[in-house]
Amino acid sequence: MATKTATAPPKNLPGEPAVTLALAEEHNLNQMEYDRIVAMLDRTPTFTELGIFSALWSEHCSYKHSRPVLKKFPTTGKHVVQGPGENAGVLRLPDGWAVAFKIESHNHPSAVEPYQGAATGVGGILRDVFTMGARPVAVLNSIRFGPLSEPRNRYLFAGVVRGVGDYGNCMGVPTLGGEVVFDETYAGNPLVNAMCVGLLREDDLIRAKAEGVGNILLAVGARTGRDGIHGASFASEELSEQSQARRPQVQVGDPFMEKLLLEASLDLITGGIIVAIQDMGAAGLTSSAAEMAERGGVGVELDTSLVPIREQGMSPYEILLSESQERMLVVAEPGRVAEVQTVCQRWELDATPVGHVTDDGMFRIIHEGTLVASIPGSRLIDDCPVYTPEAAESASAVVRRKARPEGEPTAGLHRSLEVLLDTPTLASKRWVFQQYDSTVQAGTAIAPGGDAGVLRVETTDFGLAVTVDCNARYVMLDPYEGGKAAVAEAARNIACTGAQPLGVTDCLNFGNPEKPEVFFQFREACRGIGDACRAFDTPVTGGNVSFYNESPTGAIAPTPAVGMVGLLHKLSHRVPSHFHSARDAVFMVGTTTGHLGGSAYWAEIHGFVGGAPPPVDLEAESRLQRFLQAAAATGLLASAHDCSDGGLLLALAEAAIGGPYADSTMGVSVDLTGYAPDSAFLPPGRC
Amino acid sequence: MMRAAVVRFPGSNCDMDALRAAERSGCQAYFVWHRDDDLQQADAVLLPGGFSYGDYLRSGAIARFSPIMQAVQRHAADGGPVLGICNGFQILCEAGLLPGALLPNAGLTFVSRPVPVRVENVATPFTMAYHKGETLHIPVAHGDGRFVAAPDTIDELESSGRVVLRYVDHGNPNGSTAGIAGICSSEGNVVGIMPHPERIVDPAIGDDSGSRFFSSLAQWRAAGSNTPVTTSV
Repeated sequence: MATKTATAPPKNLPGEPAVTLALAEEHNLNQMEYDRIVAMLDRTPTFTELGIFSALWSEHCSYKHSRPVLKKFPTTGKHVVQGPGENAGVLRLPDGWAVAFKIESHNHPSAVEPYQGAATGVGGILRDVFTMGARPVAVLNSIRFGPLSEPRNRYLFAGVVRGVGDYGNCMGVPTLGGEVVFDETYAGNPLVNAMCVGLLREDDLIRAKAEGVGNILLAVGARTGRDGIHGASFASEELSEQSQARRPQVQVGDPFMEKLLLEASLDLITGGIIVAIQDMGAAGLTSSAAEMAERGGVGVELDTSLVPIREQGMSPYEILLSESQERMLVVAEPGRVAEVQTVCQRWELDATPVGHVTDDGMFRIIHEGTLVASIPGSRLIDDCPVYTPEAAESASAVVRRKARPEGEPTAGLHRSLEVLLDTPTLASKRWVFQQYDSTVQAGTAIAPGGDAGVLRVETTDFGLAVTVDCNARYVMLDPYEGGKAAVAEAARNIACTGAQPLGVTDCLNFGNPEKPEVFFQFREACRGIGDACRAFDTPVTGGNVSFYNESPTGAIAPTPAVGMVGLLHKLSHRVPSHFHSARDAVFMVGTTTGHLGGSAYWAEIHGFVGGAPPPVDLEAESRLQRFLQAAAATGLLASAHDCSDGGLLLALAEAAIGGPYADSTMGVSVDLTGYAPDSAFLPPGRC
Repeated sequence: MMRAAVVRFPGSNCDMDALRAAERSGCQAYFVWHRDDDLQQADAVLLPGGFSYGDYLRSGAIARFSPIMQAVQRHAADGGPVLGICNGFQILCEAGLLPGALLPNAGLTFVSRPVPVRVENVATPFTMAYHKGETLHIPVAHGDGRFVAAPDTIDELESSGRVVLRYVDHGNPNGSTAGIAGICSSEGNVVGIMPHPERIVDPAIGDDSGSRFFSSLAQWRAAGSNTPVTTSV
């Protein structure tokens, strides 16, 4: 069948619309892109092909506005086993172990359907990690909303927290950290970034690379439905009044199915039964098949009529673009298909052959005997245009950075502390993380509520420290310094526990990159992240770009969330962030230079957001990190806590108040003689 | 050596933690599958936490019908020790091996935190290594942990000393009746608890006070496994 149809050009099925430029534009492809497709194929694409291009050439899948900037990140180093380009990055740990980790956004779905949007965001990032052969051991999340005074924001916040919790809790993966921020800038466009960390034996690492002509592609897991069609395209446009109509495009998660898929996938991988595996995530079967083929330099032929579906009458267009959750595409040698099916059946999952690997490099789709798509596979991925938009800082941003609040402070130290502790972004997040299982897997050594989460690696004496951080106010005021500061804060949080920062995954949330002021923020923030990662020897191993975070009120503040993992060489050397014993001495480590620009103090007490954020001295930060590790290893520290948002004042208060479940709080007495009058609010330095 | 069967339902997610906790305490622990009908000569059975079959109906309501539960019923009827933790406790209630039910938490949200619990019955095969009245801080992590039963059932549990664990010091995380965190059967061999002692069995993470739930088994056997374990208070 395949050889007979392969020679004739593909055609539309009865009832499918003829493809025109207008239809392409409805699919978010512009005229230049459409012309390029027609030239590549030397004919008008079929409707199915148009769907394929619209998904793979969406911003979400193609990184067409971000690729040249991302290429400047440091991505190599002695710990790097797998850098960007795979489902997740992988770093080497001692004793044959490795850590796979990645962060990803699910902003737009969560903006219209918070519960399922957040839940499937967690599901997707878990799959990215376990398809590398790693067992997820921690999840973190960075979530941002508009002010809690608005009912809509409270609805989104509560829905997201419940969605994250229900999915992660059911999967049995502990949540070890995260960020929760409330700010006007996220009012129409909340951010939901989920990070997953997994452990694997380096020997078990598997890559999503289709190889071996004649090998079989199998669809594993849930059946394919009509949910989530064009989700990748949805993620690549601005939110508007009409976005609520996209609600049916939000996928629905089934964590129970995912748990079965996790166990089956790890059995398939560690058993050496399969050649490759990839999650059917954004752009579903289309991207998983096309990307695996491209990495392996082979072609694939899929018969969409073989894909198990949830409802009758689904077209190849729908089957290819469905983003139904909890599905995997697996490549196996023909002789091992039965074995794959046996493993899957044990976990009550379907594993259905849906295609095979070919030697002609074509991405070919057959449906009920009709060839409906035939595209040169490598060009489908590589020929997507790359844009380098104009970048220019807005004049208002420059003015804002140079501004200072008018008038004198309106509150003294005591009142200021009360105001800051009462600010939702700075207050304890216990209400949130108490809804996430933080102790399952029995390895949690430092639970949420401190600087970084720490977990034990079973059967070894080392541990992992994990965190995710970003001060978006800093990035908005000075994208370059703000980018540096996000990495520095993450590394400082890791080092406060005594761990060595190892590597980064980043979730780059920005507005519309076609706006010069937004692309400037993106380019400069990435430059800052890259410089800091180079200075700390923490390469970027992957991540995600989320553009078009705009609501009718404008772009969000640039928010590059930095996820980081660190190695605690001896778990027993871990350092908590809260004061331990009365009469312990409190030290301020680092230089206090008098910066209040971008501070929470100015924002909350003066009602003023502006000024220049404190510049990050990368060399001094590196020395600080090394000091913290060395001091922890020699047992000098009873606790260590990073001074960040809210400065020294909040750091002291948090350390004294104790952990979320402390029986009693401690007091602290400090002598600030010699510091500037406002110095209690200064951000840099740690104690 | 005690043989401890850890039952794996699809959706169990504390199965590995329970297995390792039992191993750490000197048991020969192994998994049995929900489709199995044989416990492979288990001395003790552990029903781990998780979301069996997704718990989309009612926590534990589907798991009770799985083939392995018939074997667990026989094991329990013969006086064999059974410990259900969290979802395992919910399954034991659904299966009628323990009285009462576990309803959604009073706060209507999932709760994950360490809670103070008092050990009130140290005669069961899983609590013999504790002192009566000892307070432990054990993590809970559940959405449906509010223990309820008819008033006369509660009276019966209280008067016959069948409350094994009780939340104390204002630590009741879910609104359980009388702060009940764990109970046992009238013979004492079947125990259900909401807190997760299997998560605190490793001194490397700073706390191993949960390990005696598992090391108790050896003590129970040494004491003669048919000793009635219910104590009056």
